[in-house]
Amino acid sequence: MSESEYKLRLAQNLIGRGKVSRRDFIHLGLAAGLTVAAADMLFVSVARAAPKQGGFAKLGMAHGATTDSIDPAGYPDTFTQTAFSGAMSNSLTEVDAKGSIQPDLAESFETSDDATTWVFKLRKGATFHNGKTITSDDVVASMQYHMGADTKSAAKSLLESVTNIKADGPETIVFTLNSGNADFPYIMSDYHLVVMPAKDGKADWESGVRTGAFVLENFQPGVSAKLKRNPNYFKNGKPYLDEVEFIAITDLAARMAALSTGEVDYIGRADLKTLGMLKRKPNIDILEVTGYGHYTLPMNVTVAPFDNPDVRMALKWAIDREEIAQKIFLGHATVGNDNPIAPAIKFAINPEPQHKFDPEKARFHLKKSGMENLKIDLSVADAAFAGAVDAAALIRETAAQCGIDVNVVREAEDAYWDNVWLKKPWCASYWGGRATADWMFTQAYSADSSWNETFWKNPRFNELLIQARAETDEAKRSAMYAEMQQLTHDDGGAIVLVFNNFVSAKSKKLAHGELAPNWENDGLKMAERWWVANA
Amino acid sequence: MNPVVRMVLQRLGLGLITLFIVTIIIFSAIAMLPGDFAKAMLGQSATPETVAAFQREIGIDRPPVERYFAWVGQIVQGDFGSSFASRTGYRRTVAEIIAPRLYNTMFLAVMTALIAVPLALGLGILAALYRNSWFDRVVNTVTLTTISFPEFFVAYMLAYLIISRDTFIGTEFAQSLPEWLAASINWVLNLVPKFPTLANISDQTPFWEHVWRAALPSITLTLVIVAHMMRMTRAAIINMLASPYIDMARLKGMSPMAIVLRHALPNAWAPIVTVIAFNLAYLIVGVVVVEVVFVYPGIGQLMVDAVKSRDVPVVQACALIFAATYILLNLTADIISIATNPRLLHPR
Repeated sequence: MSESEYKLRLAQNLIGRGKVSRRDFIHLGLAAGLTVAAADMLFVSVARAAPKQGGFAKLGMAHGATTDSIDPAGYPDTFTQTAFSGAMSNSLTEVDAKGSIQPDLAESFETSDDATTWVFKLRKGATFHNGKTITSDDVVASMQYHMGADTKSAAKSLLESVTNIKADGPETIVFTLNSGNADFPYIMSDYHLVVMPAKDGKADWESGVRTGAFVLENFQPGVSAKLKRNPNYFKNGKPYLDEVEFIAITDLAARMAALSTGEVDYIGRADLKTLGMLKRKPNIDILEVTGYGHYTLPMNVTVAPFDNPDVRMALKWAIDREEIAQKIFLGHATVGNDNPIAPAIKFAINPEPQHKFDPEKARFHLKKSGMENLKIDLSVADAAFAGAVDAAALIRETAAQCGIDVNVVREAEDAYWDNVWLKKPWCASYWGGRATADWMFTQAYSADSSWNETFWKNPRFNELLIQARAETDEAKRSAMYAEMQQLTHDDGGAIVLVFNNFVSAKSKKLAHGELAPNWENDGLKMAERWWVANA
Repeated sequence: MNPVVRMVLQRLGLGLITLFIVTIIIFSAIAMLPGDFAKAMLGQSATPETVAAFQREIGIDRPPVERYFAWVGQIVQGDFGSSFASRTGYRRTVAEIIAPRLYNTMFLAVMTALIAVPLALGLGILAALYRNSWFDRVVNTVTLTTISFPEFFVAYMLAYLIISRDTFIGTEFAQSLPEWLAASINWVLNLVPKFPTLANISDQTPFWEHVWRAALPSITLTLVIVAHMMRMTRAAIINMLASPYIDMARLKGMSPMAIVLRHALPNAWAPIVTVIAFNLAYLIVGVVVVEVVFVYPGIGQLMVDAVKSRDVPVVQACALIFAATYILLNLTADIISIATNPRLLHPR
């Protein structure tokens, strides 16, 4: 690298911080052998790409209800999750754009050999919005808020394995688990498990005093939340924005219109059907991330005819996943293979053979099960996932070609999770996805989980689950997870249709780095991670 | 006793009885809904223990009859209770949840009524005056068209118009047109003010900005309700114009406008006012679709939200407010039709 090229590189780094003017940069560019136009273009692209301080963003969220509150026991959907967890609060750890775990409020974490004890060290000098230093007592109180008999927290089951939490000095927290869990730091990244100040030994969520990049200014449940930059945020230089406003726009068409007319700078969950029209607009970008979330059709394997593995296998071959991904989700989904572990997750494999529509194989298994002329009910509602009813209609058509008579029962959307899910033998379900194989398997497939939606109790699978959780040797662990995924694929009761993509849209005014796959809205942390590009 | 006063008291009493019956209907209807607040809040992540803890805290583990009487007892004392979204140390009363929403809804209703009622009356009178003329036909066709479309369609079309204002010239359709035509369509579109498609207002929104933000919802509602009132005005007046006393006025040599305003209209008020009251009630209780499309935080959206999450105290309070609105507006319509009709005012 010549001296002038080196200077140019240096200058590029400085542009983002506003320390080099366009004129100076072009001079340097000429010295390095660039033309004026090329140097100017380079300046613009670098200036755009580097995060800049300042500005205001209005973010249109796809949810919002008058019952929303800043209480982390709830956070039912994208509005509260993105505004109150992602922007206003921090957990001990966070998931980055690569899907790996990073310390957040914790500075570091380490474990014992059997992964039953986890020690988290807090960042030094991190403070709450009111200036108070964060101590281990705050963390202990915040975690205990989700535990115990009287809690109403949706995160209760996450912390079920924790037998003891104690503060060891002001900066160290020790978690003791009832069995080893090598992925425990991932669990600590959950959006419910934010750190709140302790008041008389109890977590104080009511005040809204948290640790995050933004301070809550005004919140109208179901309408909007306005937050202001936290000048004392512990992450250097972050956040970039001065102010963010989250606006609840539940109506799909209203959301698209709001972005088109510039009323908001970003919308979550864009309308797939009119995405083409939005794409044509010059000042709008479409963002698409393949996440961990997936749509499943769980069969209750304790109920006839699903207790017969060949019936399950026949159904797995009788569904055209490709067609469903193309026709129902308009290509904004990745075809599933009856393995709930998303390809982007560590230890994921793609079990052989890939299940696809094959009437021959379906008929073969049906014959083997001795249940020709099979008639079954499939209970669906769009409350499970948007498009469930249409997908069921396609399934009826393809299954009919295999000699299976699927009767689509359209259930009420209201109280679907209460009346249909875990109650009807074959229904539709949605999993937001978990960041690790263990987490996903433990919650939805382990024998004693209350959410084991297929009631599948494979002894080998459950034995491996416990072994793999505590195993710290990566190679052994990888082999165990591969076997478990193969078991779910071959014997399990869940038909994994597709992994859904997070499709959102933004105006060119906003810029961002690589998007995190763990949740929508850049892993819920868009407010902290995004900035205003100078146009 | 003055017959008007007697009627008002009588009707108010009947209204109270109606409200009481309404409370029973509301309460039992909500009790019959599947699921409850705890399950709706926790959704897929509900476990039996968390649901039970939730139910204990908000008191829905108690028997329905007991809960009904507790609720009615509170209402009688003017207390609507607390939302289920309250937590220990963080009470959210139903009154404080509903008040800003009700204000927004009233704001929109009054704003729309101020545009729609004079417009409908004016158009109706003119249509009656020049009946069967081209003016009459055009007004009839246009208002019938707008009332025939569902309100969400009108709302989306208006929003689309605002979007097209900026983007029409770039579309393939515009490029396929001759240049002069595309340019003139674009010019016409740009005459439309750039109304905000998002009517999200807050309690800090200044008055005139509130009016500006509520413009599109208000125009939508005006388009939806004008036809009904306008046609009733026209029909009632035309009905009167056939009476012998109108012929008398005509023979006296009065101008057509004076005949309509001084002789026909006073006798036609009763049916017109009834229809106006009906439409005003609709503006308060029936605009949830328009609220959703324009993201306007009114009471309709609040109620739908509350039904979805089974926040029973809020649903009950909204339903009571709606019932009371109907009763009061109908009462007002009756009073006005009696007061403007001497035959009803002085019955023999």
